[in-house]
Amino acid sequence: MTQVLVYFDRVEAHLTPAQAELLTHADALGEVVVVTGSLPGEGQSSAAPLAVKGVTGVLTGSDPVGSPILPPDPALAELITAAAKELDPELILGTDTPDSVDALAATAVKLEAGLITGATGVTASGAATKTVLAGTWHTTAQISGGNAGPLVATLRPNTASQPEPAAKEPEVVELPVAASSAVQVLKQQPLPKSGRPALTEASTVVAFGRGVEGDLALVEQLADELGAALGASRVATDAGWIDHSAQVGQTGVTVSPQLYISVGISGAVQQKAGMQTSGIIVAINKDEDAPVFEIADFGVVGDLNEVLPQLMESIREIRACKA
Amino acid sequence: MPGSLHIITLVKWVPDSQLERSIGADRRLDRSEGILGELDEYPLEAALQIAENYENTRVTALTMGPAGASTAVKKALQIGADDGVHLHDEALAGADVYATSAALAAAVNQVRTSGGSEHYLVLTGMASEDGESGAVPAQLAARLGVPVLTQARGVVLQDDQLQVERLSGETLQTVAAPLPVVVSVTDQANEPRYPNFRAMMKAKKKPVAVLGLAELGLTGHGVESKVSVVAAEPRAERTAGRLIHDDGTAGRQIADFLAEEGLL
Repeated sequence: MTQVLVYFDRVEAHLTPAQAELLTHADALGEVVVVTGSLPGEGQSSAAPLAVKGVTGVLTGSDPVGSPILPPDPALAELITAAAKELDPELILGTDTPDSVDALAATAVKLEAGLITGATGVTASGAATKTVLAGTWHTTAQISGGNAGPLVATLRPNTASQPEPAAKEPEVVELPVAASSAVQVLKQQPLPKSGRPALTEASTVVAFGRGVEGDLALVEQLADELGAALGASRVATDAGWIDHSAQVGQTGVTVSPQLYISVGISGAVQQKAGMQTSGIIVAINKDEDAPVFEIADFGVVGDLNEVLPQLMESIREIRACKA
Repeated sequence: MPGSLHIITLVKWVPDSQLERSIGADRRLDRSEGILGELDEYPLEAALQIAENYENTRVTALTMGPAGASTAVKKALQIGADDGVHLHDEALAGADVYATSAALAAAVNQVRTSGGSEHYLVLTGMASEDGESGAVPAQLAARLGVPVLTQARGVVLQDDQLQVERLSGETLQTVAAPLPVVVSVTDQANEPRYPNFRAMMKAKKKPVAVLGLAELGLTGHGVESKVSVVAAEPRAERTAGRLIHDDGTAGRQIADFLAEEGLL
């Protein structure tokens, strides 16, 4: 059976949707062991969040609770490498976050292994599919030759379903790898919690641009109505209306939700590059020549201040009828 | 900072992302035309800002790519780099991340040793606009045996320590590592400058060295790719769906559409 090693850059009380999805991918491919530098718990570490179908065990560093190994500590690559040497896996997978890519890329050098980032699917024989060139092409890449070692790959969110929980917590085994001081963390500050899902992982995204003219009230209400993440165009982040981490596009994040609602964004090439692999695209813009309408499944030429309140009211009515 | 510093900035010649890009029958990206990648202007600007604050700092623009890639180096020289290095070898065509980082590590080592500065620093963009892997900085650092600080929103050199502000998951971190270090810089880090006429004149006199693998002591075997693209096809283009003008019922119509699609 294919041995799959899954790396998580941090494990907190609950898995992120992307982490949970990755376990669905991994379970379909073979026998799954998770490696992570940090685990929740007080004193004693807990693998409760990893009690998921298919996970047979957890490998971690020497002190995952008291002195966890966290990004950007280069000891993470040592930990994954040590885990790989124990298990000799065919596949080493991670979520497609910059921190995961860093640790797995360094691991691939240590293991002399092939690396593919941003995959949408992986096979047990070491092939990976991905969309490239800003979502305009599909490619399949394959590890080549007998000397290629395991395939190391990161998988994009919104590519699998959430896994089923398992009855039993997996066993945790500690490896003799400790946190290092090669990189010093001088300051840490959690981003303010919005209460909304993470942008790259959300199944619905409401994105806004110049058209909202700095007033986020309506798009925030719509996002909350739909349980959506809030994204923005570069114009909106450059104007300081929202943090830069919310920027969708070529130089920001790429999203691929089931539903993308674009509000007051013209949809230049740079924006499109970050969202055109979304499932359904709805666009609202007052300019009928806005390029976003070329790729929208449903477009509305109109004033967002009139369309959005009616949209929210209608959503509530439809839901009330169904309930 | 005491002593001299050599900043090596990686630049890539990429097909313009504003134009249509395609993959050929050989399953390789069509790289017949290109520009200096926009994302590479930010690390270059970061390098120039450090050089303005510290004497004895030299900025080298290093690229790897086909013959045309010298254009990217020339642009970097116009913007302000002191000299350029173009790694060009047929054996590097179609290189994956693994092979690319192997070749670049050898080039960085060669450039910094021959430069003779006391310290060195490698700056890169957050990702290339064509490969988009974002994995080269970490692999390069692993091969050089130095720390890597990626996704820098801000870069500060203090004494011989490099400080970087970055986002790690949902946490904003300020992290530091002593030189030498590899740093990838995001488009939030600064506002890149434009070359003026005087700088463009000056750039004509700046030296560009062209290196092949042999000059780095490498053979084609030493930079073999671990993964290869076995299939490539264009994604079906999205087409425009329904477009309506708001007649006072558009909000309701969107909600009905979402309900039909099973999204409510």
